[in-house]
Amino acid sequence: MTQAAPTRHDAALDRWLRMYRRMLMIRRFEEEANDLYTRALMPGLAHLYIGEEAVAVGVCEALETNDYITSTHRGHGHCLAKGAELDRMFAELLGKRAGYCKGKGGSMHIADPDTGNLGANAIVGGSAGIATGAAFSARRLGTGQVAVCFFGDGALGQGLVYEVMNMAALWKLPVVYVCENNLYNEYTHNSETLAGDIMTRGPAFGVPGERVDGQDARAVYAAARAQVARARAGEGPSFLLCDTYRFMGHHVGDVSRDYYRSKAEENEWKTHRDPIRLLGEALIAEQAADPADLDAIDAEVSASVGQAVEFAKNAPYPSVDEVDDDVYA
Amino acid sequence: MSMPETETAVRQLTLGDAIREALAEEMRRDPRVLILGEDIAEAGTVFKVLTGLVDEFGPDRVLDTPISEPGFTGIAVGAAMTGLRPVVDIMFGDFIGLTMDQMVNQAAKIHYMSGGKWKVPMVMRTTMGATRRSAAQHSQSLHAWFCHVPGLKVVLPSTPHDAKGLMKSAIRDENPVAFFEDKMMYKLKGPVPEDDYTIPLGAADVKREGEDITIVATSSMVQVALGAAARLADGGISAEVVDPRTLWPLDETTILESVRKTSRAIVMDEGYGRYGVMAEIASVIAEQAFFDLEAPVKRIGAMHVPIPFSPPLEDATVPTEQTVCEAAEAMCG
Ligand SMILES: Cc1ncc(C[n+]2csc(CCOP(=O)(O)OP(=O)(O)O)c2C)c(N)n1
Ligand SMILES: [Mg+2]
Repeated sequence: MTQAAPTRHDAALDRWLRMYRRMLMIRRFEEEANDLYTRALMPGLAHLYIGEEAVAVGVCEALETNDYITSTHRGHGHCLAKGAELDRMFAELLGKRAGYCKGKGGSMHIADPDTGNLGANAIVGGSAGIATGAAFSARRLGTGQVAVCFFGDGALGQGLVYEVMNMAALWKLPVVYVCENNLYNEYTHNSETLAGDIMTRGPAFGVPGERVDGQDARAVYAAARAQVARARAGEGPSFLLCDTYRFMGHHVGDVSRDYYRSKAEENEWKTHRDPIRLLGEALIAEQAADPADLDAIDAEVSASVGQAVEFAKNAPYPSVDEVDDDVYA
Repeated sequence: MSMPETETAVRQLTLGDAIREALAEEMRRDPRVLILGEDIAEAGTVFKVLTGLVDEFGPDRVLDTPISEPGFTGIAVGAAMTGLRPVVDIMFGDFIGLTMDQMVNQAAKIHYMSGGKWKVPMVMRTTMGATRRSAAQHSQSLHAWFCHVPGLKVVLPSTPHDAKGLMKSAIRDENPVAFFEDKMMYKLKGPVPEDDYTIPLGAADVKREGEDITIVATSSMVQVALGAAARLADGGISAEVVDPRTLWPLDETTILESVRKTSRAIVMDEGYGRYGVMAEIASVIAEQAFFDLEAPVKRIGAMHVPIPFSPPLEDATVPTEQTVCEAAEAMCG
């Protein structure tokens, strides 16, 4: 007994540090992406996940590598949390041949079978069918895999989400619907787009739901773990509502935001609700880590992000001959 | 010509039965194949095409869904990516509008967007064809919509024989395939071999040989073209009927060879003429065989109106043997 307690404590601590590190990796990745955009080194736009890291990391911590996820236009965090490599992520953002999709997908379409990533999706709510279909396969083939469908509060406006939730409940599919409620659908507050109580939507189909503080990585993990376990046990789908906030604009070019949300609101979240700082401070308060440990993690993560972005910058574009490869399998 | 030599010995099946046989054979061969759709299990679809399949394969493989076309099409996309080979049944082709995002933005693009990493081997079966007195929302032939989208394949069988072989190829294909069945042909009988044959996607078939004019026709319009060709023969005009069988991939070679031989072409399809299948095939001919032509290419398709209910009105919207004969006679005159 006296031996077991510290081991368990260490396993938990390893997990919290791993999550801390993942969140920081996403943060530094996104900062670098923003920088690439600002310096006109990145083609197109990107929707940054800064502020929401605890959701992807908390949920993916509850998954196995071969479990499935589908992601969104704001997808870098989900992909990295599921195990994507920094260098191939950056390469994809820059449209390079070494990217996850050979440069054909870009920021909004990163997909990676090796980590169960069925793909980020630029159609709001568009991946709900795919995630549910992956759960359908898992159940039919008896593989024990679980599928997680990440989507924003804006996707609650899409009928597809409810159609597939209904079928997932009817057929007891191992799927977890994770709604990232960052309060905004682009430039519109969701008080203008959502009627009623979000939490009553799942139960209408017999899909149980839980609402968590999406800035608390450990709370997200605990809730996701229970729902993933339920799915894996064959008990069917569930719904996880994570209250969160994007610290940056809707996309990298959305810099003047006063017309749809106040600086004061942003500052409130950035100052008091930063998921990385919250976990770091908690670990320090619990004497599970000291500031130097966390600084060391940051230094290491920042260095690998720096290397990865250099790799991507130096990587070649695809050959133009490849433009019509892969249209058909 | 694709008819086997031993034609007399071959069974006659309806087009609907040929499709059911193809599905049943593929489901026996490959446990990953399953069918999803509305009223498909005990009901066997509203056209009774799938009757009996649920008895053999069970409700897990012949799955009645809620009336959620986008939802179960999306589920099929995800299932296809992760190890199954789903066939979705969309009761009427008019309802494909509901599935468009899943087909066009998801199924069609996933292979390309992922740099070739994910595949979507699924089939969407649905119907086309007017004159069933079903009015504007149950009668359209909208297959051209899918032809416009890279990443999808589009199949239109015109005979029971072709329907079986093409369906088997569609199921074995690694890509999303839309398979359009003319509901007015489900009872059409023809020879269908019992063996396990496939017809490659992208191979046209010359349904009748001729010298004076080529009629490129799809689906039930092949039957109309063959009827017209028989009548034209009586008047001394020898018409060749070419059935592309798949609109994408399109067997341009067979079409162009025929047109170069006959030097005249009519293109027929039950979809709308404007911006449609006929326009595309006519352009292929004009671009590549212009100097072999004796006359401008003629398009014959559905009238550009919503399909009306009243029988005389509905009949007026669909091409007939008479329409084809008159056009051919004018071109050959
Ligand atoms: C079907 C569809 N409609 C509209 C858009 C344009 N669009 C992109 S992101 C977005 C807002 C999405 O809001 P939400 O789902 O809450 O995600 P968030 O951006 O907040 O993460 C919209 C309207 C789209 N991509 N897809
Ligand atoms: Mg949102």
